[in-house]
Order: sequence, then C-alpha cells, then structure tokens
Amino acid sequence: MTARALCALVLFACAPAREVRVGSKKFTESVLLGEMLTQSVRAAGLPALHRKELGGTRVLWNALVRGDIDLYPEYTGTIADEIVGRKKGDLGALVAASGVRMSRSLGFANTYAIGMRPQVARRLGAATISDLRTHPELRFGFSDEFMNRGDGWPGLRARYGLRQTDVRGLDHDLAYRGLAAGALDAIDLYSTDAEIRHYGLQVLADDQHFFPDYQAVVLYRADLETRAPAAVRALTALEGRLDEVTMRSLNARVKLDRVPESRVAAEFLGLSATTDEERASARLLRHGRDHLALVAVSLLAAILLAIPLGILAARRPRAGQVILALVGVVQTIPSLALLVFMIPLLGIGAPPAILALFLYSLLPIVRNTHAGLTEIPGPILESADALGLPRGARLRLVELPMASRTILAGIKTSAVINVGTATLGALVGAGGYGQPILTGIRLADVGLILEGAVPAALLALAVQWLFELAERALVPRGLRLPPAEAQGSNR
Amino acid sequence: MIELRGVSKRYGAAAALVPTDLALAEGRTTVLIGPSGCGKSTLLRIMIGLIPSDGGSVLFDGIPLARDNVLALRRRMGYVIQEGGLFPHLDARGNVTLMARYLHWEPARIEARVRELGELTRFPVDGLARYPVELSGGQRQRVGLMRALMLDPDVLLLDEPLGAIDPLVRAELQDDLRRIFRALGKTVVMVTHDLGEAGFFGDQIVLLREGCIVQRGTLSEMLEKPADPFVTRFVHAQRGPLAS
Repeated sequence: MTARALCALVLFACAPAREVRVGSKKFTESVLLGEMLTQSVRAAGLPALHRKELGGTRVLWNALVRGDIDLYPEYTGTIADEIVGRKKGDLGALVAASGVRMSRSLGFANTYAIGMRPQVARRLGAATISDLRTHPELRFGFSDEFMNRGDGWPGLRARYGLRQTDVRGLDHDLAYRGLAAGALDAIDLYSTDAEIRHYGLQVLADDQHFFPDYQAVVLYRADLETRAPAAVRALTALEGRLDEVTMRSLNARVKLDRVPESRVAAEFLGLSATTDEERASARLLRHGRDHLALVAVSLLAAILLAIPLGILAARRPRAGQVILALVGVVQTIPSLALLVFMIPLLGIGAPPAILALFLYSLLPIVRNTHAGLTEIPGPILESADALGLPRGARLRLVELPMASRTILAGIKTSAVINVGTATLGALVGAGGYGQPILTGIRLADVGLILEGAVPAALLALAVQWLFELAERALVPRGLRLPPAEAQGSNR
Repeated sequence: MIELRGVSKRYGAAAALVPTDLALAEGRTTVLIGPSGCGKSTLLRIMIGLIPSDGGSVLFDGIPLARDNVLALRRRMGYVIQEGGLFPHLDARGNVTLMARYLHWEPARIEARVRELGELTRFPVDGLARYPVELSGGQRQRVGLMRALMLDPDVLLLDEPLGAIDPLVRAELQDDLRRIFRALGKTVVMVTHDLGEAGFFGDQIVLLREGCIVQRGTLSEMLEKPADPFVTRFVHAQRGPLAS
C-alpha cells in the first residue's frame, strides 16, 4: 500500500495531468454518451481515455468511487434504485456522500417500457401494460438487470398483478431478435432504443405510472472539480443538449447505420472525427495479447497453489474434504458476481479478471492432483517406504511422477475452461477476445462476434494441443505404454 | 539378526498377532507359513516398520526399531512383494537404482552393482531399459529382487514373492532364489502359504494360526512331532491328493 502511494505520488509529480477516464456501460447509448464525454474533455484540451462496455451499474459505480474512472453517464432512476437504494432525499446530496457529483439532465429520459410486435398487440387488443393481465400465457423475455431490479419485473408484476410464468432473462440485444423471430411476445425496452423504430414495435403505455423517471445525467468524482476543472466545464456544457428524438436517432446511426460511435459523437459535437479507428489486424493482435495475458497469469498462479493444495488434500483426508469443498463452492459463484466482488479490492481492468480466473482454475487441478495421488496402489507406496525413502522423496520421486498424467489432465481442463471464461474479462475492462464479442452482440454485428469467438476457440484448441505435447514430454513413458499381457511367455 | 520381543498387533477388536517372540539367526532362511489371515504378513511388515506394533519391540542387530532410525534400518533390509511392487513410471534400471541415486552413489559404482546383480539374478542386460508393463511376471520378480539387493542389505524380507507366477516359471525361479540365498549367505525371511516351498527354502519354518505361532522347526519335525492336531491337518491338506 505504501509503495503504491509512493508510486502515485511520483506519477503525480511527473505527470500532473493524469488523463481523465470516462466509463460507459455495455449498451450502445451509454457507449455513445461516453464517447461524447471523452471527446468533449479532449476538446477542452485535456487528455482523456474511454473505458467502454463495462459490465453493469455496480461495476461502474464501484470503479467511480474507487477512482479507476472519473465520470460516466447514468440515469436518475438507476441511481435512486441501484446505487442509493431507495434512500429518501435529493439524489445529488445522496451521491455526494460517496464523493460523487451529479450533473443536471442531459435533456432526455430513457425510461423502461414494455414492447410487443404490433400484430400481436392488435390481436390481443393490448395498448397498455394493464391489458396484459388477461393473457397469462404470454412469453416474456427481459434483460437480466430488468429481471432482478426492484424497479423492473418484480415491481412491475406486483403493481399490475401480472401472472405470466414463462419469463426468461436474456441479453437485451438478443431479446429484440427473439421478439422479431416470434420466440417472445413481450420484452423490456429503453424508450430511446433505436430498434423501436427499426422493428416498428408497439410500446405499451405505463398506465399506472410504475416506471420511475430515468433522466440521463453524468456522475463524476468530486475531486475532478479541483483536478481538472476544464473537464467539469466540458461535461456540464452537455446538460440539456440532447432531447429524446435526437438521442434515438443518434442511437440509430450507430446501431442501424453501423457508423462508429466516435464518428457519431464527433458529428453531434461538431468536432472533426478523431481517427482512432484501429485496423482489424492490430485490434486482433491487441485482443489476443490481452487474452493470453489473462489466461497465462491466472493459470500459472492456479497451478502453483492448486498442486500443493491437492497434495495436502491427499495427505490429510479431513483437511482434504474442506479444501475440495471450498474450491468447489468457488466454482458455483456466478462469474459476473465474482468480478463485481473483486472491484472494490482491485478496481477494474485485468487484476479482478485474473483473480476470478485464478479462482475458477483451482478446482480441476486440486481435484485431479488429489485423485492422482490417492489412486496410487498401496503396494507401490509400501515398496517406496520399504526402500527407506523419506516422505518428501517418496512424493517427488514416486507419487508425483505416477500422478503426473492425471494432474496434467486437470491443468488441461482448467486451461481450456480458462480460455473460454476469460472472454468475460471484457465486462470489467480487462480486454481480450470478449471485447469484440460484447461489441458485436451490442451492435448485432456477427462479423465482430466472430472476430472474438473464432480466435478464442482456436486458442482453446491450441492450448489443448500444447498440453498434449506437454504430456508426451512430462508423463513418464512407462505410464503411457499399454499393458502387455501377451509377453508373459518369455520370462 | 532380527529379534521380536513380545510383539503384538490388534485391528480394532480382532487380534492380528498375539504377543510373540521370535529370533532370526544370521545367515539363515526362515519361512513364515500359515493359512490366509494368520498374521504372517503382519509379522513381516512389523519387522521392517511398515506397520507399527502395539506392544513389544523389534531389535535389528541389537538396535530397537524406532521412528528416528527406521529409515536408516530399512536401508539395511531388502523387501520384495508379489509381482515385485515395481514403480510403473521407471524402467527396470530406474527401479533398481532409485535408492542408490537418492543416496548419491557414484554412477560407476551404481553401474557395477547393477551388472553384478543382473548376473546374480540372471536378468538380461537389454531388459534393463524396459518398463514394468513390458516385462513378464518372472522378469518383474527378478527386478524386484535386484532392487531389494541394490544396497547390499543384511536382511532380505520376501512376502509371497512367487505367489503370482505360473508353475513352470515358478519352479525355475525357486531354484534361482535358493541359489542366490546360498550364494549371498544373508538372513532371509520369506512368507508363503505353500508348504512345499517352505520346505524347499526354509532352514526354519514358523507355522502361524490366528495370530499366534503354533510350531517352529523343520518340515520333518512338523511331520513327525506335530505340536497339535492343526499342524497335522495343515501339513496333510498341503501335501495334496497326489502325495498321499
């Protein structure tokens, strides 16, 4: 901690103008607003960095409070419900308690709404949410946040007395496609979503005024006012400049016309488009490097801890049960939850992702080390003891070599799972192949999804192949030979 | 060479071995025999400290076997089990030389000893590079014997060494084993359930039943002066239908 403080001090002394860090959530409007904020700050003459497509309200808020980011766009309804937790009072005053300031509205509200295909709505005669009460057989698909938030499905169901049981949580961008394909009857919408117009959806009226107001605002760290007052001036200049129609058409420019957010933001701000569009090959290389770093560091650390844990578990059966239970429990924690837990400790970026991947990698290695050691036949161990080998030498010269194949298989399993799970690192800004996948899902761009998914799959195959080579090098030949029963005749 | 004083062992409520005294003369071969579960293997394992005894003491060359000297004393004993108990991840040479390498013997000394043992046990030189799965049962047993003899121990303990070998190979191995015992003049303890084998090898035969020594002596003593009816029954059952 002291070393870290010292580093910060030195950095501060050398580079007093640390760049302003803007965050955004993983949906297009947030990325677009983040891009506008970043470019406004840059236009004010300050260096700025955009950490886009982070995993959700908690991830952004924790990163803001911790100082990993300096500002990000948010909605008042979300602040009231998710961040201050329905504490009564002025929102600005409530967030100020955490050292955060709230701007005035950017000029539009993006509230939740419920949408259906117009022909279905016509058939059912549904114009308001109350009209859904008489159709309990409808299939609903809601975004994961909407499913679990107090101001989402649980509250909506209670207020309107809805009795539908076929309700599933899924990604917001996938929900639109599910609705269009007829797999779902109703989904949650954001009122500025570009897709409403694209799919010609019917928005049901919130006749009981359940959904709170979701005014778009900017949350920023209070210390920004002293550290970079020009940045604060730049973001307050955006207040009141975006109405709902403008926002919806800007969203449509990105999602439907496939114009990069940076250019749409620049056009709106009247700036010349910054040319930070990376070439595909450079992007692929960067994602690959980030991904490999996540996998390599977390896997190596997991091997270094899991093998000794597996040995301990095999040596001491009672401690072993506790160890196996603990590493098993870690496996059941949902990955996003684990990542969110890590942020207050480690911030955003690679460290929380590496720690989460490390924890997920333990189980297969611990379990296989334990299994490999406990399945060695008793007479073999007795023979080693009878030679007069001490316990440590027995472990090193006999037990570990004999268990090597099983241990290596555990490491291989961990590595392959790790390569896949590391794509989730993008949710906390760790980069990797998850980044193009996230963006691709958001923009319904299959090419971009494949740009992440294909290299991730190839990497998994390469890792598998590498471990098969390693098996040939590390597992003693005597364990790889098939048993030769037929050789009994020649003494 | 080895002396057991009042050694006993219980597993839960069952006595595996009642308090037992037994002295093994230097340079002689003693055979422990009896029906399965009679405690003969337990007795052998106690001698090399693989199983701690509940009571009594084991003296090796006059030194009581204890936790702090058991590793050193085991290196003065060779131990061979059924099928040789070979380490599957090491080839024959690796198995034989494991302990010598652990003790940092000079490579030349290791090589000379391996050659010497190969000749003694009639194990072919080209077989040394083979792994246990590539060897026959008889070859595995020869490798197991070489491994036990590598450090030139004072005592050789064998637990049913020929138990899993087919009859023809077994006869040949028996001859070789007896020749080796005689050539080396070591103190040998062998566990078997085969009376013929016991008579073939044993200077002294110790017959056990339910954890307790029933009679000790030569085979002819057991035939002529059985200590109790069990001895007679055991001896006659073992001689089989062809011998009567």
